[in-house]
Amino acid sequence: MYEKTLTQLAAALKSGEFSSRELTAHYLQRIEKADTKLNSFISVTAEQALQQAEIADNARANGTAGTLAGIPLALKDIFCTRDVKTSCGSKMLDNFIAPYDATVVEKLSAAGTISLGKTNMDEFAMGSSNENSYYGPVKNPWDLTAVPGGSSGGSAAAVAAGLVPAAMGTDTGGSIRQPAAFCGITGLKPTYGRVSRFGIIAYASSLDQAGPMARSAEDCAHLLGVIAGHDGRDSTSVARGVPDYVESLDAPLSGLKIGLPKEYFGDGLAPEVEKAVRDAVKVYESLGATVRDVSLPHTHYAIPAYYVIAPAEASSNLSRYDGVRFGHRCDNPSDLIDLYTRSRAEGFGEEVKRRILIGTHTLSEGFFDAYYTKAQQVRRLIRQDFLDAFEDVDVLMGPASPTPAFDLGAKKDPVSMYLQDIYTIAVNLAGIPGISVPAGFVGNRPVGLQILGTHFAEAQLLNVAHQFQQATDWHLQRPAFAEEYA
Amino acid sequence: MALEDSHVRRAAHLARLAVSDDQASGFVDDLSRILDMVDQLQSLDTKGVAPLSHPLDATQRLRADEVTEANQRDAFQRCAPAVENGLYLVPRVVE
Repeated sequence: MYEKTLTQLAAALKSGEFSSRELTAHYLQRIEKADTKLNSFISVTAEQALQQAEIADNARANGTAGTLAGIPLALKDIFCTRDVKTSCGSKMLDNFIAPYDATVVEKLSAAGTISLGKTNMDEFAMGSSNENSYYGPVKNPWDLTAVPGGSSGGSAAAVAAGLVPAAMGTDTGGSIRQPAAFCGITGLKPTYGRVSRFGIIAYASSLDQAGPMARSAEDCAHLLGVIAGHDGRDSTSVARGVPDYVESLDAPLSGLKIGLPKEYFGDGLAPEVEKAVRDAVKVYESLGATVRDVSLPHTHYAIPAYYVIAPAEASSNLSRYDGVRFGHRCDNPSDLIDLYTRSRAEGFGEEVKRRILIGTHTLSEGFFDAYYTKAQQVRRLIRQDFLDAFEDVDVLMGPASPTPAFDLGAKKDPVSMYLQDIYTIAVNLAGIPGISVPAGFVGNRPVGLQILGTHFAEAQLLNVAHQFQQATDWHLQRPAFAEEYA
Repeated sequence: MALEDSHVRRAAHLARLAVSDDQASGFVDDLSRILDMVDQLQSLDTKGVAPLSHPLDATQRLRADEVTEANQRDAFQRCAPAVENGLYLVPRVVE
């Protein structure tokens, strides 16, 4: 069963080939056997999953089941879930059980999907390798000595290893697309505001966005249709109709205008990654697309702007962890300040502290204009680069990451880790959608092709990705690790 | 803009984060390298460019001033480290 895509599983459930209970038990068994090696889950909710599966099977028998009823999924441990721990990868929230479900979780439950559990992640979504988790690093199923990417590394590894057909992630600077690329799966970051952020633990509120991670663009289309839409509980969610993302998958690509940003093919890009991406572009040409070079001239300012804006927002968002209302509290505080400072020092990991300090510093008196205002001005220039490019082309294509997955422990210096996100970070600053699709390998490590569109162009991105997956089979490759537990 | 030990200590104080002397010197090194990278922004002329705080230029929506949430104090306090009679417990502030 695990070798099927979500779309195929939905068809099999509908035809009665197997029940949701059988399917759910199958994946739970795979998690139990394989995840001691991968560490992709923080919590596995076997009992609840089997109960939900039974409800889905009954709905199926009554004829009231929707398309995705009975499909097992996993949630990055950043989505609040009533009655199940939501840790955000942090010691700070190791004891936190949210009193409510995130909107994404509510919508997935209403569609009848099953949650198998909560996946591992970089603490508070700050990281590009999943090595910043309080629960230990996740391994990449293609090569257990490599990182799975981050921050949605657990979701990506679990899908790639066939421990779950699809999972939810969040993306603030590349945290869906980069791990999707590193693990050889398909991951979509929607337009800012397309999916409600209600109940998603906040990192950088003007950049955070949730999206699906799955085996194919078609799978992502099914899931985006469920989770997208306006939500009165998130003031930044956009009141705009949700199109049928599945219906438009089959549109032909003849006449599609593809732009290749020259800044995405420069220094630092591994030659084998560049070759895989250029080969993918040739596939598009054979499907009738035309290709031209474009420029996004402010690309190299994206990482500096991000490392002002994101930590600034994080320092404000993370001020809520005070040891009083929820989360970790130090033992025997001598006074209120000791309670705050020690609870936070004990609860947060190194990278989170770095970003809180950077954000607090750049927002503080005497530095605000030089850093924060400046970064917001640059943010406008970066967005304008994309808007200008989309005057001339329909989509942009390039690598999702300059290299394939790197070795665990390889990047000790924070700045060298930050520079990994050169091709993904500007997308969040501009608020546009992006998708990473498997497009080859360097040795045994996957390469991701990133496709970008203008605001609310998710249907087009999914169509463009799906047509590639009709012409190639990179997305169907599975790591040997997945077969070991067949 | 060079980062000094006093900057890190001030930020740690503002962020209510306990930082030991050893840790402070490590943070000075790390944060200095991050800010060196960030300082590339200064080379860009942004005169006359309006700051962008929301990628879709949206502004806060307004709604009618009505009570929409029911009181869920008990549910919300279930995840608190220490409560008594519906109140959050903290070390004594006023003698």
